[in-house]
Amino acid sequence: MSGSSEHILEVRDLSISFGSNHVLRKFSMFLDEGENVVVLGKSGSGKSVLIKCIIGLLEADSGSVRVMGNEVSAITSRELDKLRSSIGFLFQSNALYDSMTVRENLEFPLRRHRRQLSKAEREALVIQALNDVALPHTIDYLPEELSGGMKKRIALARALMLKPRIILYDEPTTGLDPITAREISALIVRIQKRYNTSSIIISHDMNCVRATANRVVLLIDGKSYCEGSTAGLSESNDENVKAFFDLPQ
Amino acid sequence: MSTNSFASVQNENNLKLPVTIQAFIAEAGDLAYFSARFFRELRPSQMEWAEWMNQSFRIGNLTLPLVAITGFIMGLVITIQSYPSMAAFGAESWLPSVVSVSLVREIVPVITALICAGKIGSGIGAELGSMKVTEQIDAMEVSGTNPYNYLVVTRILATTLMVPMLVVISDAIALYGAFLGVNMKQDVSFSLYTHQIFQKLTFNDVLPSITKSFFFGFAIGAVGCYKGFVTRNGTQGVGVSANSAVVLSTFVVFLIDLLAAQLSDIFSIT
Repeated sequence: MSGSSEHILEVRDLSISFGSNHVLRKFSMFLDEGENVVVLGKSGSGKSVLIKCIIGLLEADSGSVRVMGNEVSAITSRELDKLRSSIGFLFQSNALYDSMTVRENLEFPLRRHRRQLSKAEREALVIQALNDVALPHTIDYLPEELSGGMKKRIALARALMLKPRIILYDEPTTGLDPITAREISALIVRIQKRYNTSSIIISHDMNCVRATANRVVLLIDGKSYCEGSTAGLSESNDENVKAFFDLPQ
Repeated sequence: MSTNSFASVQNENNLKLPVTIQAFIAEAGDLAYFSARFFRELRPSQMEWAEWMNQSFRIGNLTLPLVAITGFIMGLVITIQSYPSMAAFGAESWLPSVVSVSLVREIVPVITALICAGKIGSGIGAELGSMKVTEQIDAMEVSGTNPYNYLVVTRILATTLMVPMLVVISDAIALYGAFLGVNMKQDVSFSLYTHQIFQKLTFNDVLPSITKSFFFGFAIGAVGCYKGFVTRNGTQGVGVSANSAVVLSTFVVFLIDLLAAQLSDIFSIT
């Protein structure tokens, strides 16, 4: 693990427990500019807890999370709000505001963080984000009128609205059919290239891992078990690594 | 002593409160803290005015028909039911005064608040509860928007201002219902009826009624939002939140009413 302070995001010795359930035990990882890192682990291994600690939704028992030079647990709530506007977050459940149309969902972050924008400028950004996810025709739809894959794309478009430097993806392909899952994985890569975003992708979908990862961190028993490229890990003889990488594509 | 519902007695010198009472005190503390945060977050510069207008419309305008019909029926029924007792004492002419005072001082504010607790409180509890379990509140937070400011402050402010307005409108409709009730038994002109009402009904009757309505509105909004924000256990939890928002806000409405009656008595506003 590099100890450099140049990482755009760095997690160091993070521990969190829920009662007697020790979810993360001195977990460490880092993310560099323009990099896609997949955190791979079994269901219930603490992957989602990790990114909720990174974004400040959960408070860790100990350890440090530094995002763009800011220690998340040490900054004020106003500073945290500002920091969060530089981070996009794609929820596993999409978490679209169900009483708002797609347009209103996408405008929501703009109305709070880009107050100086005119209505026409906001509209242009919304249309651009919808074009990025190839769903411009859904602008006046309600979330309940969208399919699972469309909801995921709209949620991704909303995460992109403030042009974040970091995007956190929580199980982006879970619950989707293989074709849509592949499209979402391709979209993640396209966004990385187009906007030079840095991403942490939480997943146990090996097709998504292979398609999106520049580097993989394997989370086992609350710790960073090992890390490396998909090609490197695919050749590992470690039983725990093989359990993931020997799965059929 | 059951160890499930009561904390065990560790030793003779270290008695513990029953778990249910501990839970009640803890919830009361949480609710008080949650409600107090409203005053910290209530800043005009950070107010979500559009959302407040939207909530005020939903809470005020959409509850108005129900409150109006209930107010009309209350005025009519109270008058019809009071008439025989008044007639037995030969005090029929006092009917408008007596009915108007009881309507304005007690019946209309409390019944309106209970209707609002049922309609608005459960609605807020279910809506925010649903947003909580589907991570919409978390999504708002990670987008750098303070969900308390956007969701809670706007709703509590809307209920605090709309419930008194509904009470005033319901008062007027209830008094009109009472006028029809009086005319079912006697022949009284509207001008004589209003004259009789305002002979007895004074500022000291209206002020406590309106004042406590603000507190009713605040309590309904705060309890609904609190219950929504602490929702757990998925869709089942949403139902529990909606239900407990009604139960708790109803209880708090009666508690405030009791307190208001005592304070009115102490300060001789009778």
